Amino acid sequence: MNNKKLNLTLKIWRQPGPNSAGSFVEYKVSVSPDASFLEMLDELNNELESKNLEPIAFESDCREGICGTCGIVINGHPHGPIPRIATCQLHMRNFKDGDTIWVEPFRARAFPVIKDLIVDRSALDRIMEAGGFISVNTGSAPDGNAIPIPKDIASEAMDAATCIGCGACVAACKNASAMLFVSAKISHLALLPQGQPERYIRVQTMVKKMDELGFGACSNTYACEAECPKGISILNIARMNRDYLVAKLKTEEVE
Amino acid sequence: MTLDSKVPAGPLKDKWENHKFNMKLVSPANKRKYDIIIVGTGLAGASAAASLGELGYNVKVFTYHDSARRAHSIAAQGGINAAKNYQNDGDSVYRLFYDTIKGGDFRSREANVYRLAEVSGNIIDQCVAQGVPFAREYGGMLDNRSFGGALVSRTFYAKGQTGQQLLLGAYSAMNRQIKLGKVKLYARREMVDLVVIDGIARGIIVRNLVTGEFEKYSAHAVILATGGYSNVFFLSTNAMNCNATAIWRAHKRGAAFANPCFTQIHPTCIPLHGEVQSKLTLMSESLRNDGRIWVSKIKGDMRHPNDIPEEERDYFLERKYPTYGNLSPRDISSRAAKEVVDEGRGAQGQEAVYLDFRDAINRLGRKVIEERYGNLFEMYKTITGEDPYEVPMKIYPAPHYTMGGLWVDYNLMSTIPGLFVAGEANFSDHGANRLGASALMQGLADGYFILPYTIGNYLATEKPSLINIDHPEFDKFKKEIEDFTHKLLSVKGKRTVDSIHKQLGRIMWNKVGMARSEQGLKEAINEIRELREEFWKNVNVVGSANDLNQCLERAGRVADYLELGELMAIDALHRNESCGAHFRVEYQTEEGEALRNDEEYAYVAAWEFKEIGKWELHKEPLVFETVQLATRSYK
Repeated sequence: MNNKKLNLTLKIWRQPGPNSAGSFVEYKVSVSPDASFLEMLDELNNELESKNLEPIAFESDCREGICGTCGIVINGHPHGPIPRIATCQLHMRNFKDGDTIWVEPFRARAFPVIKDLIVDRSALDRIMEAGGFISVNTGSAPDGNAIPIPKDIASEAMDAATCIGCGACVAACKNASAMLFVSAKISHLALLPQGQPERYIRVQTMVKKMDELGFGACSNTYACEAECPKGISILNIARMNRDYLVAKLKTEEVE
Repeated sequence: MTLDSKVPAGPLKDKWENHKFNMKLVSPANKRKYDIIIVGTGLAGASAAASLGELGYNVKVFTYHDSARRAHSIAAQGGINAAKNYQNDGDSVYRLFYDTIKGGDFRSREANVYRLAEVSGNIIDQCVAQGVPFAREYGGMLDNRSFGGALVSRTFYAKGQTGQQLLLGAYSAMNRQIKLGKVKLYARREMVDLVVIDGIARGIIVRNLVTGEFEKYSAHAVILATGGYSNVFFLSTNAMNCNATAIWRAHKRGAAFANPCFTQIHPTCIPLHGEVQSKLTLMSESLRNDGRIWVSKIKGDMRHPNDIPEEERDYFLERKYPTYGNLSPRDISSRAAKEVVDEGRGAQGQEAVYLDFRDAINRLGRKVIEERYGNLFEMYKTITGEDPYEVPMKIYPAPHYTMGGLWVDYNLMSTIPGLFVAGEANFSDHGANRLGASALMQGLADGYFILPYTIGNYLATEKPSLINIDHPEFDKFKKEIEDFTHKLLSVKGKRTVDSIHKQLGRIMWNKVGMARSEQGLKEAINEIRELREEFWKNVNVVGSANDLNQCLERAGRVADYLELGELMAIDALHRNESCGAHFRVEYQTEEGEALRNDEEYAYVAAWEFKEIGKWELHKEPLVFETVQLATRSYK
């Protein structure tokens, strides 16, 4: 454990509301290297509150890297400079005394800013509602072992299903594309036997919704994969594209 | 207030089956005439929304998150129990039932627990059908592992992310109903009051967290599935936004609060690192399948753990509880850890013990350990900066799950007709301690397989009418919450909301935590009262009510904790016995084990709210027809 504090300059994006202009505001902080990035913001907010100033609005919940609630662009990287972690797991020991850190919200056309560092990511839920499920009613399922699934297939599906829906892939992409998110969701179900009946309808409805909501196209820069806190593979995008093509070749048309 | 548990008559194994037959049904054509409100989109809320939507009801579901997929169920790591006996190791519905009753130290209702075990198998089938990628054996069959408090392998898991995968399953089932128009989702809404008119739950008031507006919603029945309240301790394993507000405000409107002092302290969390720490991180209990827990035999041993030779290590769980060893139940493991730390044998002088994988890595190889626990090891390393493959983890108990909650009958209905409570928000299935992998099981059992039946029975028998939100009573409730909010904003004192919350947390942890004494509890009650007074004189809530205001959100929650904390202490003080997670130092055996008093305390303590700081106790005696009350032994 290191007790020497780090002195840092923070340039944080402040924006009172969706229709107001935003700007970077500078703050000086002194923080323990063992604190997490969000704990540093907590402390700063406590200071602001005790001076009767409005705290910086940011979102976080589980602080264990799994809920996908948090997500800030730190020095140009969604979730900060360390790969494979969410913002809540970024610790100050990764910064140096005297550093200046730029902090801003995820930026994408489909993610409007609500306040300060909080953006509206509900578009991702709209895509899921369009078809990200298997249609099975409660109580009508066969025995779990009646559907044997090879271990490697289960693992592959699990890898895709690991996506936490934080939206970093969208924020990382120069086209603000949601392809990594959507393809992970599609792959998870497309890999499993249970997902087969709706496989080709699903890919069409979800892709259609994604386009409607203003997400851009994929141009293979791989920024999404590089910034994904869960290491979701772009192989999923290839899988989705293949399924989409097959779906188009089939006669079924989606409403 | 009368507590009628409505447990059906007849043999234990037939109760639910008979009850299902005896309950009244709503005809398919009439289901669409009924509106149901669900608050919370965790395992219990999302699964209930999906199932009730499928049946044909109009469901309105609320979450304070931006997305329904973020509920704290998502963070559960280890697994979900089910009595499938796929491993051929002697599991059965009865054994799961018995383990759970015993694990809860005989402070839960037999009939509820049996039903939980009975539907557990269906949960797995349901989730598999939804595409939950459970771990598989090479032959394609489902894999299982063991959890604390059990000697069979009945825990189904998806890496260390079981909660996430189960929640995504329930969320996807709910999404299907959203698409079909049967479920309407209201995100970024926090329930701030329950509307009770003529003694019946008629709807809720929520705060739109973006606009600050208070919105009114009515329904024929209301379900609260809002999780637990261990953030009353400030530092806990719960997510930052978990809170007691929905159940607490319902309690103040007439719902009895049962066994509030039964809070589980989870034995395997990453220890506290400093003053600014915001929460504690849990390391899955499944680690105890292969990790060995120990401390040095020598007090004040500051040596690096790798320098402490074998003969100077005390594997205290294996020593004290040879049968269950490192897989002893959570309350027992937690207390044992506290004991060795109190003796001055904490890891390198800290409030921590070692969780060591050295032997497992030697036995199985690093690759197997990586496969089993890789993501947990990574998480530990990210947070602490130490590599658990090289150095033993340090762990310590932390507040985790709350077994107490709103009192419900067998139908999961509270003491307010029309108000149902599911999952961690109710008190019903875990008694004084919760075994591992049983929280996910209860959440999904309530949502998928119990509420869809019991809600129908309520609607068919009571035929409640719908009250329009323009009704003056709705406006009265709305006005009250507006006044309350105004009051919070107008204190304009000197202290931040967090500083008061932290102070409350310290009182709770020191005096209403792992070990409680009469004196400590009495002190705690006074200190909480004083702190509550200070809050209302000296808190500073910055910002306005007409905007996204996280300071205001936290202030409302802390105001509730300042009342709930007192009730937890009162409940712990009145229960003159030790049981499960509730350990009163005055009541212990010579070996330091919990000493239960079945003669006087084999009941559920249900508290009726009278006014702030004043409650009336009602008792629901616990009747054990099938199991015999026995001293818990894990030796």
